[in-house]
Amino acid sequence: MAPTVGLFIPCYVDQLYPEVGLATWQVLRQVGADVEFPRGQTCCGQPMANSGCAAEARPLAERFLRLFERYDQVVAPSGSCVSMVRHHYRELLGDRPDLERVASRTFELCQWLVEVRGISRVEGEFRRKVGLHRSCHGLRELRLGRSSERVEAPYDKVRQLLAPLRGIELVEPSRPDECCGFGGTFAVNEEAVSCLMGRDRLADQEKAGAEVITGVDASCLMHLEGLARREGRRVEVMHVARILSQARLS
Amino acid sequence: MSSRDDILRALRRAGPPPTPVPEWTGRAMRFDDPVSRFLETVTAVAGTPLRVPDLAAADAAVRGLETWRRARLTATLVPGVGRSSLDLDAVARPQDLRDLEVAVVGGAPAVAENGAVWIPGSRLGRHRAVFVIAEHLVLVVRAEDVVHTMHEAYQRIQFERPGWGSFVSGPSKTADIEQALVIGAHGARSCAVVLIG
Amino acid sequence: MSGSLPVPPGQHPRAAARFLAQETRVRRHDAAGWHLRSNRDRGAASVPEWEALREAASAIKGHVLSRLADYLEEFERNAAQNGIQVHWARDGAEHNAIVHGLLAGRGVTRVVKSKSMLTEECGLNPFLEARGIEVTDTDLGERIVQLLGEPPSHIVVPAIHRTKEEIGELFYRRLGTPAGLADPTALTEAARHHLRQKFLDAQAGITGVNFAIAETGGVVVVTNEGNADMGTSLPPIHVACMGVEKVVPRARDLGVLLRVLARSATGQPSSVYASHFHGPLPGGEMHVVIVDNGRSAILARDAFRPSLWCIRCGACLNTCPVYRRSGGYSYGATIPGPIGSVLSALRNPRAHADLPFASSLCGSCSDVCPVRIDLHQELLAFRRELAGQGLVPLRKRLAMKAASLVMRRPALYALAGRVVRFLLRAAPWALRLGPGAAWARQRALPPGPRESFRDLWQRRAAGGEGGTP
Repeated sequence: MAPTVGLFIPCYVDQLYPEVGLATWQVLRQVGADVEFPRGQTCCGQPMANSGCAAEARPLAERFLRLFERYDQVVAPSGSCVSMVRHHYRELLGDRPDLERVASRTFELCQWLVEVRGISRVEGEFRRKVGLHRSCHGLRELRLGRSSERVEAPYDKVRQLLAPLRGIELVEPSRPDECCGFGGTFAVNEEAVSCLMGRDRLADQEKAGAEVITGVDASCLMHLEGLARREGRRVEVMHVARILSQARLS
Repeated sequence: MSSRDDILRALRRAGPPPTPVPEWTGRAMRFDDPVSRFLETVTAVAGTPLRVPDLAAADAAVRGLETWRRARLTATLVPGVGRSSLDLDAVARPQDLRDLEVAVVGGAPAVAENGAVWIPGSRLGRHRAVFVIAEHLVLVVRAEDVVHTMHEAYQRIQFERPGWGSFVSGPSKTADIEQALVIGAHGARSCAVVLIG
Repeated sequence: MSGSLPVPPGQHPRAAARFLAQETRVRRHDAAGWHLRSNRDRGAASVPEWEALREAASAIKGHVLSRLADYLEEFERNAAQNGIQVHWARDGAEHNAIVHGLLAGRGVTRVVKSKSMLTEECGLNPFLEARGIEVTDTDLGERIVQLLGEPPSHIVVPAIHRTKEEIGELFYRRLGTPAGLADPTALTEAARHHLRQKFLDAQAGITGVNFAIAETGGVVVVTNEGNADMGTSLPPIHVACMGVEKVVPRARDLGVLLRVLARSATGQPSSVYASHFHGPLPGGEMHVVIVDNGRSAILARDAFRPSLWCIRCGACLNTCPVYRRSGGYSYGATIPGPIGSVLSALRNPRAHADLPFASSLCGSCSDVCPVRIDLHQELLAFRRELAGQGLVPLRKRLAMKAASLVMRRPALYALAGRVVRFLLRAAPWALRLGPGAAWARQRALPPGPRESFRDLWQRRAAGGEGGTP
């Protein structure tokens, strides 16, 4: 029996970027996953938790566990939401076996494809120059890739899924993984710094030749796209699920 | 209750349960040729490495240094290498060494990973200021005293107590003005390292 | 708190906005920090066992804090055997009084001081100066900010916020260098001459302490400039000031700590000088002042205890994308950046409630920290602390309460989502008002799709295509 996969679509993806949700579902289906979308889901509680409002986040964490505990695996197109579940629910709920069970089986999409499904072949085409934006939660908490600060053998689970696409040219900005400045409420609390950080990412990626900026977190991409459109930049911003949904993975 | 008692009591109350002291059991870097690596690192830290076969050659190398040849006031703490133009023991105050141009000082061990040389105070004669007040410093080390990393260096060092000792790695420097590296801050402006062996 | 900070605490967002409004300044400051970060990366990469070293350094520091009082007593015993006089200060005021008492009691009026963030924290300079003791900061960066009448804006590179032209102008006014001279080498030369006289005339030298060795009763002071050595080998009196957390068990533990310190700070394999003091100069005196000043309170807190492991390398400042773009002064604290935000908030949560939020929680600081302090986790934990103490602004708490309420009711959530999407499509101007303004001033609003993902899923499921879109 194939493991059941609970699809977790973060609140802002559900409402603002449904195509990312669709693409994620398509990718899961394409690799033969038995996918369900529990309709009671809403939000993982990260905005509340990141504001220090643990009491407001806690009921959402409980809700998440209840909704998703029946699945063998949980997959979401968001590094930060998955990191919330895997690493930060413990801060809200303490050490609990039910939490441990769900947290250890919750994955970001690329993480799931590489670590759980062992995807090694990616057949498809994407004839564009692509700059990979290495979102912080995915990078430094889920360890989707080696962060530039660390001294260890390099690895990059997102890049390894994109690189085989025919015609793709992956470009590297001068600062491989500097934060885009979204940071949740940081984006509005510290508006000036947030926007400067984002503009610097855009400039860096464009200087490297990126026509498309991709990443695992639609929140970062929303911030980057918002800045890009305001600056009149032509660069496109696309969640990695949308690029992968055009390919055959095995 | 003295401040001392208050502080110690507060720290004992506040601290987590005691754990055993950790030991470094890691595999530290090792070099195929630590002596060469040492000399390369000395260059990298803006020092001037000179490798010589014996003490006489060390003496010749020091006397051949541009800074030595131009100097009038020199001091050596390494018998047989260079000469002292003044009697260091007769200098009453360390401030009186203010015009010293070259100081020749011996040390051990020498550390390959960072070009540092351990100088115990006992090797500096009457005034330890001699190593930092001189315009130019010459360090004399032996090949057999080169170690790979700081771990080994600390294994070999015995602190003089009471006393003083210092690792010195290259000439003094600063990058406080727009991160521009400037060689020669308050200590020696140049550091020649003469390695014998 | 040292002297008068140019920016009062609690104003990071506003101060940051002012700082970065000057484009050339923020570009330069950001590049300076990134340059140090890049050098650090190169230094770290040259040590294959780097991550193991970080782990070991972390373990040493963690262990020390579990037996801190014992190690301090051992240090005191051994230091006394070396002829070092050990003093204890509960807080900054006691520290200042002790140092002043030592100096005044010996008729000292001219002191040279090498870098010590602890003495900054205690406000030692103004205290001594008010009592007729001239204090010359001898680290070049520190001397520059001292002459400017400013506090340091970085713990390793105190004048990182100043250009060479500004420093040239300062030296022209205060040291008599030629007008318009802005070459760093020439300016450093001028500082060397100026400070050399200070060293020669000094009657006492004050230093910080990078590490105090319990096993042997010595203290270690590291510099690149040699100023700590000039300041302690010329005058006969040495006063070394240390926080309680600076003690390490044994000399061999320095093998680990010194291997990570300089590489993390500047990328060099070691600092130029790492001097180990086990006693006074012959005929002189050496004093060590051990200071608590709130550290025992931090020690008591599991979540924040690791902040005491800090070896003051500055790596977290250099890597922090926020620090680099906002400058040290915007933090309104003695130590800025990630570690400064934690330490300041611990010391005074009310005054520094802005600092744990002056971070995007990117985690880069935690990954560069040589002693593996989980800095970004501590910042997040402190946000909970602030919320618990009622120090998160009401507006924000209410917004989160409202959001939580909505998110707990899927039907309400779906409705709210529909409304927002409708406004995005039909009346985006409405969303650019109020809280939306902080987004929309510089960023385009996201699109307002007609259907949410769940709408699509629902529709296709209802359409009977095997229950899935």
